Order: sequence, then C-alpha cells, then structure tokens
Amino acid sequence: MSESMEKLKLAEKLVGRGKVSRRQFVQLALAAGLTAGAAETMFVKAARAEPKKGGFAKFGLAHGATTDSLDPAGYPDTATQIPFAGAMSNNLTEVDADGNIHPDVAESFEPGDDAATWVFKIRNGITFHNGKGVTPEDVIISFQHHMGPDSKSAAKSLLADVKEIKADGKDQVVFTLTGANADFPYVASEYHIPIMPAKDGKADWQSGVRTGAYVYGEYEPGVRAHLTRNPNYHKTAWFDEVEFLTIPDVTARTAALTAGQLHWISRADLKTLNLLKRDPNVNIDEVTGLGHYTFPMLVDAAPFDNVDVRTALKYAINRQDIVDKVFLGHAAPGNDNPIAPSVKFAIDPEPKHTYDPEKAKFHLKKAGMENLKVNLSVADAAFNGAVDAAVLYQQHAKAAGIDINVVREPNDGYWDNVWLKKPWCASYWGGRPTCDWMFTTTYAKGAAWNETNFAHPRFNELLIQGRAETDEKKRAAIYAEMQQIQHDEGGAIVLVFNNYVDASSKKLAHGKIAGNWEGDGFKIAERWWFA
Amino acid sequence: MNPVLRTILQRLGLGIATLFVVSIIISLTIEMLPGDFARAVLGQSATPETVAAFQREIGLDRSPVVRYFNWISGVLRGDFGESYASAGSLAGHRRLVAEMIGPRLLNTLFLAGAAALIAVPLSLFLGFMAALYRNSFFDRAVNVVSLTSISSPEFFLAYILIMFLAVKFPIFVSLASITPNMPFLDRLHAIALPTLTLVLVIVAHMMRMTRAAIINLLASPYIEMSRLKGARPMQVILRHALPNAWAPIANVIALNLAYLVVGVVVVEVVFTYPGIGQLMVDAVSKRDLPVVQGCALVFAGTYILLNLLADIVTIVSNPRLLHPR
Repeated sequence: MSESMEKLKLAEKLVGRGKVSRRQFVQLALAAGLTAGAAETMFVKAARAEPKKGGFAKFGLAHGATTDSLDPAGYPDTATQIPFAGAMSNNLTEVDADGNIHPDVAESFEPGDDAATWVFKIRNGITFHNGKGVTPEDVIISFQHHMGPDSKSAAKSLLADVKEIKADGKDQVVFTLTGANADFPYVASEYHIPIMPAKDGKADWQSGVRTGAYVYGEYEPGVRAHLTRNPNYHKTAWFDEVEFLTIPDVTARTAALTAGQLHWISRADLKTLNLLKRDPNVNIDEVTGLGHYTFPMLVDAAPFDNVDVRTALKYAINRQDIVDKVFLGHAAPGNDNPIAPSVKFAIDPEPKHTYDPEKAKFHLKKAGMENLKVNLSVADAAFNGAVDAAVLYQQHAKAAGIDINVVREPNDGYWDNVWLKKPWCASYWGGRPTCDWMFTTTYAKGAAWNETNFAHPRFNELLIQGRAETDEKKRAAIYAEMQQIQHDEGGAIVLVFNNYVDASSKKLAHGKIAGNWEGDGFKIAERWWFA
Repeated sequence: MNPVLRTILQRLGLGIATLFVVSIIISLTIEMLPGDFARAVLGQSATPETVAAFQREIGLDRSPVVRYFNWISGVLRGDFGESYASAGSLAGHRRLVAEMIGPRLLNTLFLAGAAALIAVPLSLFLGFMAALYRNSFFDRAVNVVSLTSISSPEFFLAYILIMFLAVKFPIFVSLASITPNMPFLDRLHAIALPTLTLVLVIVAHMMRMTRAAIINLLASPYIEMSRLKGARPMQVILRHALPNAWAPIANVIALNLAYLVVGVVVVEVVFTYPGIGQLMVDAVSKRDLPVVQGCALVFAGTYILLNLLADIVTIVSNPRLLHPR
C-alpha cells in the first residue's frame, strides 16, 4: 500500500471521531489519486460510521391512545413500548440485535445448580434519574409489581413461575422458580418489567423515574412524549432530545417524514413504498422480526381434532401467493413452525409445507373425507390483510376439495369474542426471543393464550425438560423435536413471518437493526444517532 | 317579562331537558357496545385473571342503572368522573375526565375559532356579492369553486393541501401537533393547513345559503318598492334584504360552527391535531366509557347551545316572532 493510501486509511478513522476536517480529508484523498467525487462520498461515509452526540430526533409512531399510561403493567403498543420501555427504562437484561442476551441493569447473572434459581448482581454505581442508586429492593418491587392476585399486568402469566425473589447482600437478587428455566434471563428482558424505584413498598411508576437513556419530560397520552438525554446513563445515548408522536394515519406519517418534520416513522405504507423509496432523503429499513401471523385451529374441536385434516389444511394454502399479493413481498412464508429463524435453536422442519393440493387431498382421504367444509373467522384486527389472506386461502383450498367459508368478524372486540373461542380464526404473535418462551405462552397445555388448545403429552414433557437442561446440544435436540411436533401435529397454520418496514431520514445512522421488537428492539432512541 | 328573555329561558330549559335525554341515550348506546375496557386495553394480553381484576377496580361489575345514576349525579355536581385509564393507579395519579377533555376541547375551539374567523366573514361576503351580481361570471366562478371544495371529501382536500403546501413547497407544516407552551404565532403556523381545509369545507354551505336567502327576498314586493324609490343595489341588499335574511343565515352558520367543533375528527387525524374528536374516537375504541360519555355530552351541549343562539338571532331579527300575538 502506498504511503498516501495509508494516510488516507488513518484519516478515515479520524474523521469518524471528528478529528479531521472535510477539507483535510479531501486533500489527502486527492493526493492518493481519488477523484473529488469519490473523496466526498468517502468522507460522508466515514463521518456517519462513528456515532456522535447531539440533535433532537422526532419519531412518528403508528399507535397510541389516551388510555396509555406510564405503568409498565400496560404498555399495549409501540406508543408506550418505544418511549417508556425502550428509551426511558432498562431491564435486568437486554437482547441485542443478534438475539443474544446481555446484562443491563444487572452487571452479571448466573444460574444456581439446576437453573431453578438465578442470581443477578446489580451493576456497580448504577443510578435512577433522580440520582438514587439501584438497590435489590427496587428490583424486587419492580418484579412484584406484575405478580400477585390483584395484578392486571400483561406480564403476570410470564412471571407465574417465580416463587420467591429475595435480596442477597447489598447488590444481589436471587430468583427462585417453581421449576428450572434456563431461559430466565430472557424473561427478565421482557419490556413489561423495567426496573423502577421502590416507594413506600410499591413500585413508583408514576414519576417516570427510571434508569434509562432518556429522562421523562412531557407526556400527553395518545399525543406525544418528550424526553431528554440522561447525562449519567450507564451506557451511551446519542440524541439530546427525543420526541415520540402518535400518528395513526399512515399518509400523515409519510407526509411528515418527507416534509422533514419527522426523522423516523414506523410501519411505512407498503402500497406506496416504491414511491417513498424514490425520495432521495429517505431510507427504508426492513427487518424480519419474530412476529408472525397464524390461522390457529382448536385441536379439540371437530373437524380439527383429526391430525390429517390439519395436515390437509396446511398443504392447501399457497403462502408464497399470499406473501406476494397481500404483504406485497414484505414477509417470509411460514412452515408451521412458530419459532422464527433468527431465534436460537430454530430449525426448518421437514417436509416443508408448501402448496400441494394433491397431498392435501391425500391427507383428507386418510381422514376418511372426500370433501371438507369449514368456517374460518377473520377480521383485520388480527393482522392487517387477514381478510384478504383468508379469501386467497379459500381459492387455494378449492383445488384440494376443501371449501373454506370465510366469516368476516367485526374488528371491534375481535380478541374478546372470536380469538380462542371460534374453532378456526386468524391471530397475530409479536414473537418471543426463545423457544421456551414462545411455546410456554402459546402451545403449552393450559396456557392462557393456548390458541390451539394444544395438549400434547410428549410436547409438554419436552418443554419441562428443555427448561432444566443446560447442555446446549441436548437443548438443541429437545427444541428441534418440539418444533417438529408443532410442524407435524400442531393446530396453528403459521402463515408468514412479517417484516417491520420503517422509513427514516438519511440524517439518521444506526448499526444492525434488531428484529426482536419493532423500532430496533424498542431501543431506537438509544441505539441510533444523527450522522 | 321581556319576551326575548322569556324565550331564552324557555329554550335553555328545553335544552337542559334535551341534554338529559341525550345522556340516557348515550348510556344506553354504550351499554350496547360489544367488548369491554379491560380487554380493549390489554388486547391480546388479556387473560381471564387480569380482566377480572380490572373489572373489579373500575366497578364494571355493578349494574348499568346504578352506574348511570352515579355518573349523572356526578355530572350535576360538575364531576365528570374518572377515566378507566386510572385503574391501577395509586392515589394522587388519577385521570379525571374533565382534565382529559378540557385541554382537548380548548384545542378544538382554537382550530374551530380560527376556521370560523376566516370562513364566516368570507362566506357572507361572497354570498352578498354573488347575490348582488347574480348570474355574472363572478357568481358562477364562486359557486363552482365552493361547490367543488364541499363535494370533495375532507381528507382528500387535506392531502392535496399537504402535498402542495407542505411537501412540494414547504410553506406550512403537515403535522399540526401543538403543545401547551407553544408561542401563539407558532400555533397559528401549525394549524394553517387544517384551518384552510376546514374553511374550504364549510364556506360553500354558508355562502350558498346567504346567496339564496337574499335572492329569495329580492323577489318580494317591498324590495321592488325600495328599488322603485331609487335605492342603490348595495343599499337595497344591506338595508332592506339583509335584516330579513338573518334568520336562515344564522341557522346555517350555527350548524357549521357546531360541525367545526364536533365533526372534524377526520381533519384532526390527517393533521395529527390533538382535538376532542380524536379523544372520543380513541375512547370509543378503548371502551373508556366515562370519557365517551363526557365527550358526547360536550358535543350535545355544543349543538344545543349554538342552535339556541341561532334561534335567538332569528327571533330578535324578526319583529313578528319577537312580538307574537
């Protein structure tokens, strides 16, 4: 390498840290034989690569209601999840963009002998926004906020296995579980369980005092939240100020982004995405998440109690066609395995369930039927495009002699009156970062959200085994078998894994975007910066 | 007793009775809504235990009649109750319906006021001129433009305005998200586009009514008389026709003002304006019934009050109604 090239390489690094000016850099680049245009591009790229502090970032969110509150027992959608769980708070642990678990408020964590006890050591010197140090009591109270008979928390069933939490010394908290759970650190990262200060024996969620990257400022529920950077944050946050606006109308979000009033919007309009792509100031960020759409059948209701009927229905759907037509390509077809490919221990079970009317007919015959007539209850409340997907499915299934009657249900009260009640409906899962978590919430016998009433003895046995197993290889084998069972015998038709399609201003820069939750794992305010 | 005062009192009494009936209808309608708050708030996360805990706390386990009387007696004392969103809160962090509606109503009145300040004089002026120069090019042009704007849906007008005045030529902003401590001029700038949209939507109605009312009168014998005695056309309209035209004009203005307060939710959504319409839609979808009831009552009150004003104008401007025999 020539001397001038070496100099240029060095300068590139320095640019990122703001040590070399544009003029100096371009001079060096010209000396190294680059054209002026190439030098300019190189400078911009180098300057963007390294995060730097400053700026007021504005985010447009698709959700929000006046009933929202700071209480983490709620946090129903991104309007609370991104500002309060993501930007303002921390959990004991955090999931990174690659799906690995890291300590956050905790400095370290380790299991007891049998993974039924977990010891979390609180990070040395970590403080709340009001300057108070985080104590074991705060951690205990923050978890207990979601537990107990009067809890209205969405995390209540998640923490049902926690038998006892107690302090050990000044900086350790010990969790005792009713059974082993090797994935408990992942549970601790759940966005409903941020660490809050204790006040009079209760969790103080009202003050908005947390440990996170941004300090609580102004909040009008269902309208906007404004936060400022926490100067004493134990990690680094880049923006000086952040504002989150609730903008349910997608056209309004898009217009505000293109007019430069916002820097990032969630859920870009897929129908006009190609038009938005043409805007020179806008980036489209697309990540395949853990979230997926399903058509769950109640396996204890006729005719779905026959496994061959279920298999026939799994072969009678053309998922690729639905991906192309309903989701306009912004989704990945499912294979009746609810575990997303990016989750640890995920497999792609064989035989792959692709559209095959002949196989569907074969299984139908095996079930002793020539024809099948079933109702599929759907509404767009389950997921956007559920009705369209069901109608396409109806057409696909005709070739296999299956007559699907698509019943349009009202959006209002869908989760209340249709889901878990009608034998076959449409559903949506935000996805969970571990196999155990996903299976425990949705497919374990007796789980409150077991949307298929699946009660498979071997499956449930494996579920318990998997939790106690700390040997990675054995765990992999256990979860592979469970996924195979879901694929072969489960009641859920896993339609697609949906992509998070967001749009951002080119002024923003970021690292790898996490797919575990929307908005870079809810942490967009902490992880992104102004280039 | 002064006949005007008596009429006003009569109307006020009737208005209060109407409000009472409306309150019963609101409560009945709400009872008929499927779904409930706990499930709507928790969404898919609603488990039977959490739902039960919520219902106990907000008193949904009591009978609808008891709840109605609790609510209405509170309203009579000026207490609109507490949003269901306070469920789960500790003391000192309650969310009162009045506190939720108050700022939103002020925002709505601000937008409605700005739109009315432009639209009412503008449409009256255009109406007079159109009547004065009936069937001229001016008359036809005003009619065509205003009818076109009233015939397009509000959101379409709004998007067109956004495209030209916010995205292509960034004179105004498309997000009308005003905040409590924003300077007055910034606020006006922020609400420029929603105001313009609303003006376009309501001008035609008032303008056409003004024009029609005046033209209607222009055919009457006493106007003919004033013409014959040599009054100028402008004078004929202002001195002779207008006093008799006030009644229908006042009614249509009242109707449009009421619309500006209660019917602009689409415009609010498109421009992300934190008004009372969005609050109510939000509350309905979350089944936050106290807030729905509060908003509905405010809306009903607005209609009744504005109609009362229109009636009074009608009566005062018409001696035959003022001194009935």
